[in-house]
Amino acid sequence: MNARALTYASSWLGSVGSLTLFAARAARDLFRPPFEFGEILRHLYELGARSAPLIAVSGLAVGVVLSMHTRATLERFGAESMIPAGLAMALVRETGPLTAGLLLAGRIGAGIGAELGAMRVTEQIDALEASGVDSFRYLVVTRVAACLLAFPLLTTILNFAGIFGGYLAETLSSGMSLQLYMQRAFAMIDFPTFVPSTLKTMVFGFIIATVSSWLGFNTTQGTEGVGRASTQAVVLSSILLIIVNVLLVQAIFVMFPSVR
Amino acid sequence: MSETPHPPAVAFEHVTTVLSGRTVLDDVSFAIQPGEAVCVLGKSGTGKSVTLKTIMGLMTPDAGRVFVEGEEVTDAPRHALSEIRQRLGFLFQNAALFDSISVGENVAFPLRRHTDCDDREIDEIVCEKLVQVGLDADYAKMPSELSGGMKKRVGLARAMVLDPPILLVDEPSAGLDPITADEIDDLLCGLRDERGTTLVVVTHNIPSARKIARRMMVLDGGRIVAEGTAAELDQSDLTLVQEFMKSKGSG
Repeated sequence: MNARALTYASSWLGSVGSLTLFAARAARDLFRPPFEFGEILRHLYELGARSAPLIAVSGLAVGVVLSMHTRATLERFGAESMIPAGLAMALVRETGPLTAGLLLAGRIGAGIGAELGAMRVTEQIDALEASGVDSFRYLVVTRVAACLLAFPLLTTILNFAGIFGGYLAETLSSGMSLQLYMQRAFAMIDFPTFVPSTLKTMVFGFIIATVSSWLGFNTTQGTEGVGRASTQAVVLSSILLIIVNVLLVQAIFVMFPSVR
Repeated sequence: MSETPHPPAVAFEHVTTVLSGRTVLDDVSFAIQPGEAVCVLGKSGTGKSVTLKTIMGLMTPDAGRVFVEGEEVTDAPRHALSEIRQRLGFLFQNAALFDSISVGENVAFPLRRHTDCDDREIDEIVCEKLVQVGLDADYAKMPSELSGGMKKRVGLARAMVLDPPILLVDEPSAGLDPITADEIDDLLCGLRDERGTTLVVVTHNIPSARKIARRMMVLDGGRIVAEGTAAELDQSDLTLVQEFMKSKGSG
């Protein structure tokens, strides 16, 4: 029993160490030439632009639902006029970044895990190396860079879609005009509210891209392994993202006390 | 003044590789001279593909040293390894084509990475290589649209697109019909005879090995148990070698 526990613990620690080294190498190589601009652009389109419809539609739905809940609560206190501001604050500070992160962990994490896993088991990664190409730079660093750039933009899209969804719900309930809604929604959104919470999604992007790439790179056991890498990429990215989010929120509170 | 002798195209010095606790290569040493065509024979799991991947630097041995044209592959820094790999072509057992790009782009890939050729020049070279493997009409197809034999021929075109002096070939006839397998053997013989390309071919197919190789090495239990020309191995006393040499397996 003890031997099995030791083996398990040693294997777990080995995986943590391997993932940490993988992430550290990705972070280092992001700033070291040569840069694969063509591949980064391709991934920006594949991982970023092609995620925009999912993000926009989800944001719209989240906005409608948040608005409905907020109205139900604030109506009791006669504070309906606070609905746009409350909804915008909730979205921009936390709901938007976290929802975008989790949605993208599903779409991008699964995609990267499956794609790199399939490339590993079909020896395409070896073929890249055999062609004299640094497969880590070509496959991992480019995806990490694309995620770092795309996540804040996608989060902003989700935030705006959510605020617009809130407007749709609000105008159907109370007939509030778009101009008045937007005026109230953005009244309390300032720099320390918007920028840190949006930029923290770059960390989410880094986590999702590195964890999924690591799992894909270490895929074994054929197609079954590819499926496992894809699933684990979503699960592990999501868990890490939620945990790291707690630390980031705390860090933002320390660096921007006015956000509290 | 005496001429400096050429270093071997490929050399192993006491190479040992252990995978999952099993010794796959056990103190293996050999040298392959430039222009030589060598076939590595052996039962499944005896370290033939590991030998090729070790030459390419895709696997690092636990002990020993590997040289390509006199340059050490083991422990070579990243940029040096990349330069060495440009002098090696590798045909993978399952071709390992990049499935997100077309046949033409697969073959063009090494050219785009390692030469200053413009698009027109790259197109010309790619078409020339695809003509050589009989697939010039399939330039725009995706790998998923090709049969196993066609994929292998595209893989061969990609492996030889930079005209490397050394070509490593893993199971060229595995899973192919005899006619396609024979066509690939002919292509390899053409490279050997016309370009003087050094060939290191892993195969189970003895007729194919007899056709391609000037020398054969038989691996068993991680060691080279027999080495020589086909005629020499035909006379071997070892049962394993006799069984291999009498076989007509098609890989």
